[in-house]
Amino acid sequence: MIRLVGILIGLGFTLVVLVSFGVGAYTAATEPAEKPAYYPFVLEAEGPEGGFSFEGPMGRWDQAQLQRGYQVYKEVCAACHSLNYVAFRNLQDIGFSEAQVRAEAATWQVPGINPDTGESVMRPALPTDNFPSPYANAIAAAAANNNAIPPDLSLMTKARHDGTNYVYSLLSGYADPNTYTNADGLVFSETAPDYMPATGLNFNPYFPNINLAMAPPLVVDGQVTYTAEGSPEPTVQQMSADVAAFLTWTAEPKLIERQKTGWWVIAFTLFATILAWLAKKQVWADLKRKKD
Amino acid sequence: MSEENGTPPEVSTEEGVRRRDFITVAATSAAAVGGGVMVYPLVSQMAPSADVLAESTTELDIGALETGQAIKAVFRKQPVFIRRLTQAEIDEANAVDVDSLRDAQTLAERTQEGHEDVLVVMGVCTHLGCVPLGAAEGENKGEYNGYFCPCHGSHYDTAARIRKGPAPSNLLVPEYTIAGTTLVIG
Amino acid sequence: MSFPWAKEYQPANGFTKFLDEKLPLPRLVYNAVGAGYPVPRNLSYFWNFGVLAGFCLMLQIVTGVVLAMHYTANADGAFSSVEHIMRDVNWGWLMRYAHANGASFFFMVIYIHIFRGFFYASYKPPREMIWLLGVTIFLLMMATAFMGYVLPWGQMSFWGAKVITGLFGAIPLVGEPLQIWLLGGYAPDAAALNRFFSLHYLLPFVIAGCVILHIWALHIPGSSNPTGVEVKQESDTVPFHPYYTAKDGFGLGVFLLIYFTFVFFLPNVLGHPDNYIPANPLSTPAHIVPEWYFYPFYAILRAFTFDFILPAKLWGVLAMFAAILVWFFLPWLDKGPVRSGHYRPLFRKFFWFGLIPCMAGLFYLGGAPAEEPYVMLSQVFTAYYFLHFLVILPIISSIERPDPLPYSITEAVLGSDDKAVLGDSAKPVTA
Repeated sequence: MIRLVGILIGLGFTLVVLVSFGVGAYTAATEPAEKPAYYPFVLEAEGPEGGFSFEGPMGRWDQAQLQRGYQVYKEVCAACHSLNYVAFRNLQDIGFSEAQVRAEAATWQVPGINPDTGESVMRPALPTDNFPSPYANAIAAAAANNNAIPPDLSLMTKARHDGTNYVYSLLSGYADPNTYTNADGLVFSETAPDYMPATGLNFNPYFPNINLAMAPPLVVDGQVTYTAEGSPEPTVQQMSADVAAFLTWTAEPKLIERQKTGWWVIAFTLFATILAWLAKKQVWADLKRKKD
Repeated sequence: MSEENGTPPEVSTEEGVRRRDFITVAATSAAAVGGGVMVYPLVSQMAPSADVLAESTTELDIGALETGQAIKAVFRKQPVFIRRLTQAEIDEANAVDVDSLRDAQTLAERTQEGHEDVLVVMGVCTHLGCVPLGAAEGENKGEYNGYFCPCHGSHYDTAARIRKGPAPSNLLVPEYTIAGTTLVIG
Repeated sequence: MSFPWAKEYQPANGFTKFLDEKLPLPRLVYNAVGAGYPVPRNLSYFWNFGVLAGFCLMLQIVTGVVLAMHYTANADGAFSSVEHIMRDVNWGWLMRYAHANGASFFFMVIYIHIFRGFFYASYKPPREMIWLLGVTIFLLMMATAFMGYVLPWGQMSFWGAKVITGLFGAIPLVGEPLQIWLLGGYAPDAAALNRFFSLHYLLPFVIAGCVILHIWALHIPGSSNPTGVEVKQESDTVPFHPYYTAKDGFGLGVFLLIYFTFVFFLPNVLGHPDNYIPANPLSTPAHIVPEWYFYPFYAILRAFTFDFILPAKLWGVLAMFAAILVWFFLPWLDKGPVRSGHYRPLFRKFFWFGLIPCMAGLFYLGGAPAEEPYVMLSQVFTAYYFLHFLVILPIISSIERPDPLPYSITEAVLGSDDKAVLGDSAKPVTA
């Protein structure tokens, strides 16, 4: 009885899903879905030449690079983007001394309260403060940016597929849609004229929808002046790579600590597993022997 | 799950026994060590987190603190009393025979050189942790004109030393430094 | 239960004697996973996954309790409390990654455990109750995992909660009010997050209770085995301890190696980047997907695209729930006398060339975007899924001619069984 009912139910579901299949197949055959014309121009994110120092299971932070990235964030990105989940004290992790962190924090203004009157004021930040938002709230952010709220950057490299390379590619990948040509030799403005950036949008083949609200933030080489000795030339690529590295650290500050711990854990587990395997062999050996 | 050993199954040779024992004991110990190490982060996560530790100093400007006044501040989420002692209070504290005290300390030992009039103590009664009265204007200062804990009646003198009541020791003086008019606790 | 030859617990000293009289906990352990539990001697490594699942449950409870000490179940604070755990709490990043990846590995282990049950037909008598409890545990796990995924309050959390509760909205008449009741509002918000947290903390203990029943039910007939032939004699079994404790110990080591590789080196590979964006009720991610372990059922849900008598949405919901519920009826759908797929040539073909590719396909398609050819493929696999369990299994179980079974487990392992040669009157289970 159960089997009979089961067979009927099974055939029922099969029939219904095959009807959906038939309808879907008919639709697909008569009105083939077309990809938007900009599709052939979207690029996968790529890293800078030579990659990043922290990539791979043996990676290490390049503290000088993280500090340069911080400088790029501070001088360029911070005008619009917050870094809410990072505190100034965290900067000690990327090689600033306690005194430097204190001095650095004091160059930022954060919202505070006047201790005598209780009024809202701006005060210099302390190491314990988190990075402030450039806008008072989301509405202010939207109003100042043509309704496109600049996202918080603390977790950006984890919030996008292949995030570090994505940030690098996006920042260094702005192009002129009139002349942009993809690997197949197609010119964007001719192939996808409907997708030419509207006013307030900017063409970038690394952005999934090809046009984004953010204007190119890094436009000329030397836009940021690297002062530390031995710093590389601040080309657009270099600044993009540095800030991508910095944002990788802000998103996952424990990355290197995690992997270093991981090696110890894996090594010990491997050792214990080999012992367990030997013990298992030993325990089962006499059973095999009894066979004879 | 664990390789813990019960009764070892019978084995023919003595050498076999020793080798078996060695490997099972080694494997069991490895599992025990591994399990033990796993406990460490589980325990350590309950200790203060980085943001709590980072807030473990308090900075205050005491330039406006007038003689005879006291202010309450917060240090590690607990009250701290900062009082600028009057000459009368200092004299009163110094007049006490130190050896007669439950927790023998002079006022000088409880203040910093050059700032003997600034008394910084935790506002936490050493009996069971209530906040003593006496810091704010008009509060009961107790029989010894310092602080008075209303929970169980501990009286502290002008140097915040315990004089009467159940508290075992003087109000704690936290570590602090004074530079100019800036007081840094912690 | 036990076989007559099961070793009896002997308290070794005064203290254990005292315990044995007042609270025979050591005896219980001895009989459950100690030398007092005789287990078929021929279990393969596929039989490790029960113990591994138990380990995963413990792991999830321990790391989960720890995370709950730092988490804030509040729509404004949930996301930042998770970041607080990741950045400031001592070893918080380890706890969170161990918990998030632990959920994934729990499901991997459970899927292997379930598919071992499918192949060896572990659901057949006398083990129906074990199977029913097992499917119940799986359902509870799905509910727990779903609610756990909502807690970080990222974009996928929010939209996952919205979409899954939206499924209930497909039910005629009561759907809308039911969805609003489930969420405590018109969209997921503080109320939903709080109750999901409460239930996410509660359900694992319900699961643990069901696991105890599952193991209890297991100890009545004893473990199944790869031949599907029931235990007949002492030579068919070995004591659980030390034989299977040793084997499970090794299996656990291998499991941990893979698990730690993910926790320490690839902690976000099994997750979705969008969940690192705080929940935004005004903007839907481009491509909403559940966690990977829900993919097959999500693919079935999305396979129904045409309003055939009933609305497509309702068909999808019905089919998705039916896809799991059908497992409850397996003991009565597959009636063949032989258990193990090793001795069922037809069943085996449908298992390896039907069910496995079908599930693999559904796993892939559940994560694919809702466009062609993925939708059409998932429709084909969904059709096969229902055919397999509801039509093919009942039919092959009546028409199949199984291969000859070994007389006993001993014969299967050693190639001969003295009793079989001597013509013992006991008959194989198939008779």
